[in-house]
Amino acid sequence: MKILTCPMNGPRNIDEFQSFGPVRAEPDPDRTADADWSRHLFRAENRKGIVVEWWRHVPSNYFFLAERDLVTNEVLRTFDASERWAHP
Amino acid sequence: MPLRLLKYGLSRDYPVSGDIPATPDLKPSYDVVIVGGGGHGLACAHHLSKYHGISSVAVIEKGYLAGGNTARNTTTIRSNYITPEGIAFYKEAVELFEGLSQELDFNVMFSQRGQLTLAHTEATLRSFHSRAEMGKHLGTRTEVVDQKMVEELVPSLNMDYGGALEILGGLWHEDGGTARHDAVAWGYAAQASRRGVEIHQRTEVEGFEVVGDRVQSVKTSRGRIACGQVLIATGGMNYDVALMAGVELPIRCYPLQAMVTQPLKPWLHTLVSSVSLHTYLVQSSRGEIVIGGGSDPYQLYSTRSTLDMKEHLAEGAVHLFPFLQGVRLLRQWAGITDMTPDYSPIMGASPLQNLWLDCGWGTWGFKATPVAGKRMAETIAKGRVPDLLKPFALERFETFRLLNEMGATAASH
Ligand SMILES: Cc1cc2nc3c(=O)[nH]c(=O)nc-3n(C[C@H](O)[C@H](O)[C@H](O)COP(=O)(O)OP(=O)(O)OC[C@H]3O[C@@H](n4cnc5c(N)ncnc54)[C@H](O)[C@@H]3O)c2cc1C
Repeated sequence: MKILTCPMNGPRNIDEFQSFGPVRAEPDPDRTADADWSRHLFRAENRKGIVVEWWRHVPSNYFFLAERDLVTNEVLRTFDASERWAHP
Repeated sequence: MPLRLLKYGLSRDYPVSGDIPATPDLKPSYDVVIVGGGGHGLACAHHLSKYHGISSVAVIEKGYLAGGNTARNTTTIRSNYITPEGIAFYKEAVELFEGLSQELDFNVMFSQRGQLTLAHTEATLRSFHSRAEMGKHLGTRTEVVDQKMVEELVPSLNMDYGGALEILGGLWHEDGGTARHDAVAWGYAAQASRRGVEIHQRTEVEGFEVVGDRVQSVKTSRGRIACGQVLIATGGMNYDVALMAGVELPIRCYPLQAMVTQPLKPWLHTLVSSVSLHTYLVQSSRGEIVIGGGSDPYQLYSTRSTLDMKEHLAEGAVHLFPFLQGVRLLRQWAGITDMTPDYSPIMGASPLQNLWLDCGWGTWGFKATPVAGKRMAETIAKGRVPDLLKPFALERFETFRLLNEMGATAASH
């Protein structure tokens, strides 16, 4: 069994989590050309290395971020989204 | 082919032929450099040399011949897809498999036993109706069958009458089958090398020298080679290799796992697949039950297996065939698959003039080995993408003309 540490619920079985893939830049709907929309929709970080990605702890419906190595599968850290985007 | 087999069978000493020459020295340049010595790259080399008179071809393989996903797949061959473009393409794939042993003068053990996909819900059954109609319209053998027919086709199935996973019917695809994956690659390699194609094993492509909109040369672990045309056919590494040429593909890598049981007497004639259970089974000609299913739940460049995925496969298999519960597993493995957003491949041109793509084969590309090889060779030789491949162009993501085959690929074969 694999353990993932949820910033809110602590270490839990990875079965309780769902991956939502790498964080992507949010395009501005008013100023984004078709090509950039296509990029946003269909291309995601896939380089061999560390990605920042969305995860959800399913039972508590809590979304958070993880830094994970796509080659070794090592999770370097998990943290609340507010750490990346400070809310006003 | 059959005569040669008979002669071989009656011979006293079963002569071994060394069909694939040892890796030669690299030449300074080739007309075509094929990156990746899996089934796809080798099939393209065969077609270039046999049908287009191009034999100055180097296949560059970082490991051993066809040790990537060609060696790891569960060998399902079928054309029961969803989109007309997809069905037309995979139909040609199946047709080429039908004549492949003759074409290669090598027994690829193509066994067209039919594939049965099971519906455990009304919604699945409805989707089967539309797949069957589209399939029939395009001339493939695909039909919806009821419970009685499912029982007749596979008497050993647990129908689960009244249970949560009751089998309500199925999609019966008579064109479906399997072939021996290694033989496919070896057959192509043997033919291609006989016509002068060089196969360079243990040679890794490390980069491309791009000048303007052309690839000038290919940098390998054994030196630099100049190239006329380049084909990328590196399976799970397609994203990585294309990026070396500055081309970012809409691909994400996921592991896909499979396993086989100890050999049993022949009892499972058809290929059986369950969408709801994310499990499919086929009995190999050695008697082993090959079991596959869905991809891993998150992106990863690793071919390590996980216990939970293997348990999931075992659970699905034992649900469908409860008597398998005492049977032992013999081997298990994983491959890295290059998944596209619409579960269709990316074939044809790249933003660079002389760089061609045979990518995005994800969990479904073994069946396409002959057709992709044939059609990509035609593309490279003529410098023009044939109509059959046009819908699979990289640009479809920019024009939002996706070919959604997810529903036909949920169990990954
Ligand atoms: C478990 C599993 C089950 C599957 N089941 C099915 C199925 O039932 N039916 C089906 O149709 N498909 C199936 N597939 C998918 C299928 O295996 C692949 O799509 C197909 O084999 C791809 O063939 P290929 O020749 O393009 O790639 P590969 O066979 O992976 O060959 C690519 C080659 O490129 C080499 N390479 C990579 N990087 C470099 C580099 N930098 N330089 C030089 N060489 C390099 C690799 O070593 C490799 O040998 C399955 C896949 C897996 C993993």
